[in-house]
Amino acid sequence: MGKEENILSVKDLQTSFFIDDGSEVKAVDGVTFDVPKGKTIGIVGESGSGKSITALSILKLIDNPGKIKGGQILYKGDNLVDYNERKMRKIRGNQISMIFQEPMTSLNPTYTVGEQISESYKIHQGLGKKESKRKVIEMLKLVGIPSPEKRIDQYPFELSGGMRQRVMIAMALACRPEMLIADEPTTALDVTIQAQILELIKELQDELGMSVIMITHDLGVVAETCDYVAVMYCGKVVEYADVRTLFKNPRHPYTVGLLNSLPRSDVDQEELIPIKGTVPSPDEMPTGCRFAPRCPFATEKCHNELPELEQIGLGEQIRCWIYTDEWTGDPEVKVYEP
Amino acid sequence: MSDPAVQAAVTTNASLNPRVKARKDLIKRFKKNKAALISFYVILFLIVVSIIVHVFQLFGITITPHSPSAVNLPDRFQGPSAEYWFGADHMGRDIFSRILHGMILTLGIGFVSVFMGALVGVPLGIISGYYGGKVDAVIMRIIDVLLAFPGILLALAIVSILGGSLVNVTIAVAVYSVPGFARIVRGSTLATKKLEYIDAIRALGAKDGRIIFKHILPNVMSPIIVNATLYIATAVLTAAGLSFLGLGAQPPTPEWGAMLNDGRGFMRDAGHITLFPGLAILVVVLAFNIFGDGLRDALDPKMKN
Amino acid sequence: MITYIIRRIFQLIPVLFGVTILVFLMMHLTPGNPAQLMAGETAPPEVVERIEKRLGLHDPLPVQYVNFLKKVVTLDFGVSMRNSLPIIDELRPKFWVTIELAIYSTLLSIFMGIIAGIVSAVRKYSFADVAIMLVALFGLSMPNFWLGLMLMQWFSINLGWFPPTGWGSPGQVVLPVITLGTAGAAVIARMTRSSMLEVISQDYIRTARAKGVRERVIIYRHALKNALIPVVTVTGLQFGTLLSGTVLTETVFAINGMGRYVIDSIMARDFPAVQASIIVISIMFVLVNLIVDISYRYLNKRIDLNG
Repeated sequence: MGKEENILSVKDLQTSFFIDDGSEVKAVDGVTFDVPKGKTIGIVGESGSGKSITALSILKLIDNPGKIKGGQILYKGDNLVDYNERKMRKIRGNQISMIFQEPMTSLNPTYTVGEQISESYKIHQGLGKKESKRKVIEMLKLVGIPSPEKRIDQYPFELSGGMRQRVMIAMALACRPEMLIADEPTTALDVTIQAQILELIKELQDELGMSVIMITHDLGVVAETCDYVAVMYCGKVVEYADVRTLFKNPRHPYTVGLLNSLPRSDVDQEELIPIKGTVPSPDEMPTGCRFAPRCPFATEKCHNELPELEQIGLGEQIRCWIYTDEWTGDPEVKVYEP
Repeated sequence: MSDPAVQAAVTTNASLNPRVKARKDLIKRFKKNKAALISFYVILFLIVVSIIVHVFQLFGITITPHSPSAVNLPDRFQGPSAEYWFGADHMGRDIFSRILHGMILTLGIGFVSVFMGALVGVPLGIISGYYGGKVDAVIMRIIDVLLAFPGILLALAIVSILGGSLVNVTIAVAVYSVPGFARIVRGSTLATKKLEYIDAIRALGAKDGRIIFKHILPNVMSPIIVNATLYIATAVLTAAGLSFLGLGAQPPTPEWGAMLNDGRGFMRDAGHITLFPGLAILVVVLAFNIFGDGLRDALDPKMKN
Repeated sequence: MITYIIRRIFQLIPVLFGVTILVFLMMHLTPGNPAQLMAGETAPPEVVERIEKRLGLHDPLPVQYVNFLKKVVTLDFGVSMRNSLPIIDELRPKFWVTIELAIYSTLLSIFMGIIAGIVSAVRKYSFADVAIMLVALFGLSMPNFWLGLMLMQWFSINLGWFPPTGWGSPGQVVLPVITLGTAGAAVIARMTRSSMLEVISQDYIRTARAKGVRERVIIYRHALKNALIPVVTVTGLQFGTLLSGTVLTETVFAINGMGRYVIDSIMARDFPAVQASIIVISIMFVLVNLIVDISYRYLNKRIDLNG
């Protein structure tokens, strides 16, 4: 793996929510990952792992009482954390776009499809009505919407869920952004439509040469679309690897757990094993490794001390005591090492 | 959670039936709303004061600074002073004392008319929602007709038929509040009826009467109470308006709306005659509105922003 | 949509029948002989007899109602008991005065209410928000006739800025319109605020932000249009309250409108005049509600996923 150019580097990102009673919920707690140009990186985790907040933080769409507390978001070398609202607006929808989970509610019900897409052209390219209409139709064609001349005057309620997600994609890609953040783009859709939408995103990525961050809880989606994967647990990245390594050779017990709880066709499985326990709530977050209470190998140290995200192998990173010299538990658990 | 009392409360709560638990949660949420809690105490205070004043007066004892009807012409139009806290009116009567004596009328009309309105409106709503079909259609058409008379107009029509008096104003305001109760209760009844357990109970052979009293009524009680509270505020305003128009309480009754009507002719000489009774109405209505808002928010935390 | 409008208009028919029946019965529900009441207690029997004849009180009730309805449909409300003039002629100029008052007040309510509501929602929990909501609560809890009296006291009597009574000149319009419009403004402000807050938390607002839309455009273009849908209904309902509020406002400011006419007629026991005004006001209210229902349906159509 040669040295690739990263279009986006997130370094030690911390986003917290400050509740009325003075307490702080660390939704994203020191997240680090890179997005190489033209590649797709998946961010995987259960709900509450902070993956969506990470995505929203990149575009600085965190609402009160949430705040980006620290870290860097380097986009083409510029730190977005330091950008003011005005500069951020020039990035959003123009350089970095985002699509959301619920196509049903993510489109404004009171404006037509055409009006909503052309708004991007008005804001970012200052195009007039006629010019942007032409471009909207072009865009709708690109995302595979039949008879776009008619669709453009329709309201979201007149479209099916899959069509709406296509409209969302058309809207996000209107200004040919360099990067797309897709936050669970297929979760709310029927299975058959899911595949179509993922396929569409991949096609458009090749055509436009975009980089994609794919936020999902579905490892199937990751396997199909991603080049690299960051697995998140409780606001932290616990494992980062290229997609083949991750599926063939998962290291972190959490990743292993996720894979074991999922039906797979690529390996022999005796049975599906769910991860025991549940994600801890923010007010009873463990002091040591966040996963320790659910981890079958946890030692005293795991419960008390938080491991760092360490580089191992070629470009792989892992946050687990097992893979350090300080591991005192059963050495056999390292069997996952290649 | 470390507090053992809280812990105990939590465990008992869990073992209670869901309705009791819901009510406890409601009270807990309501108590968090300081303004609503204060207005609740203000309302209690006003009720107690008005009853005390009234009861003593029944026994011929005036506990207010002056008698509400003691005419003292030389002091007429006197502004607020140590002697007349809120000033004296056009006949030299003490406005403060009159307001205290009139309070029971204002609160009385509010409570009685809303109670009467609920007495008619709630059964109509439950019958309409529970039985549906033709009964529902007929009742709802009647309600529509009543609602076609905007605001105070229905009350005006009723008073114009029955003649102007306090009792008739109370009846008019009661009729005015019937459609509101009927509609809200009908809605909640429909929602409750849809719950699966009602079907189950009916399948077990429970009679309609039992289902209505044991299951529907407790479920629609909360919206009834919230609305009753907010209607009292409207009722007080409407009744005061009718008296102000000369269609309600007649002089020399110290009813607040009627007092405002009395003072109208003397605004050039003595503005305080119209100031204080209006402020009194404002305080009462404000208290009921804040209390009602608080109850509603506590009932439906989603609605609170 | 068109079937909905037709259905809605058909639904009006029983309501209008009900209204006319109730108003018709008004006279007959009155304790005592209405003719005697109108003529006065000391009137000689011939006079009472004459009134009975004129009102057709000897016919059976259904016949009387049909006759009454026939006349109402042609806007013939008979003659006033006070001066024997046709009621419709007396009512017409007063009707326009009341309409003017109601429209100005509604416009004031909408304008003030929506602006205040937006400011409140956008600066949630700020000083401005708390102040606006407090003022709204007071506006809602104040008897409007008392507010009228207070405004008159300060701005007419003490400061002499506006004439205390009458209607017509721009100066005469100000105080009655504020008096009548305040409660509505308060209600609309509260509704706009909660509706805005609800809309601002919707997914499509986040979408607009992600598109790079400016906050101001998000508020006024994306959020407001959606937030105003429930406000339309409240405004319609408010119009009813406002219509009946004209009774009190017109009385306070001695405005020669329909509201005051109702009161004068009630006082004079002029039943035909009372009936006429109540029918006119109710029909107006019913029609306004119809328009509001239809526009709400129209606006809401896009949100309703079932079309």
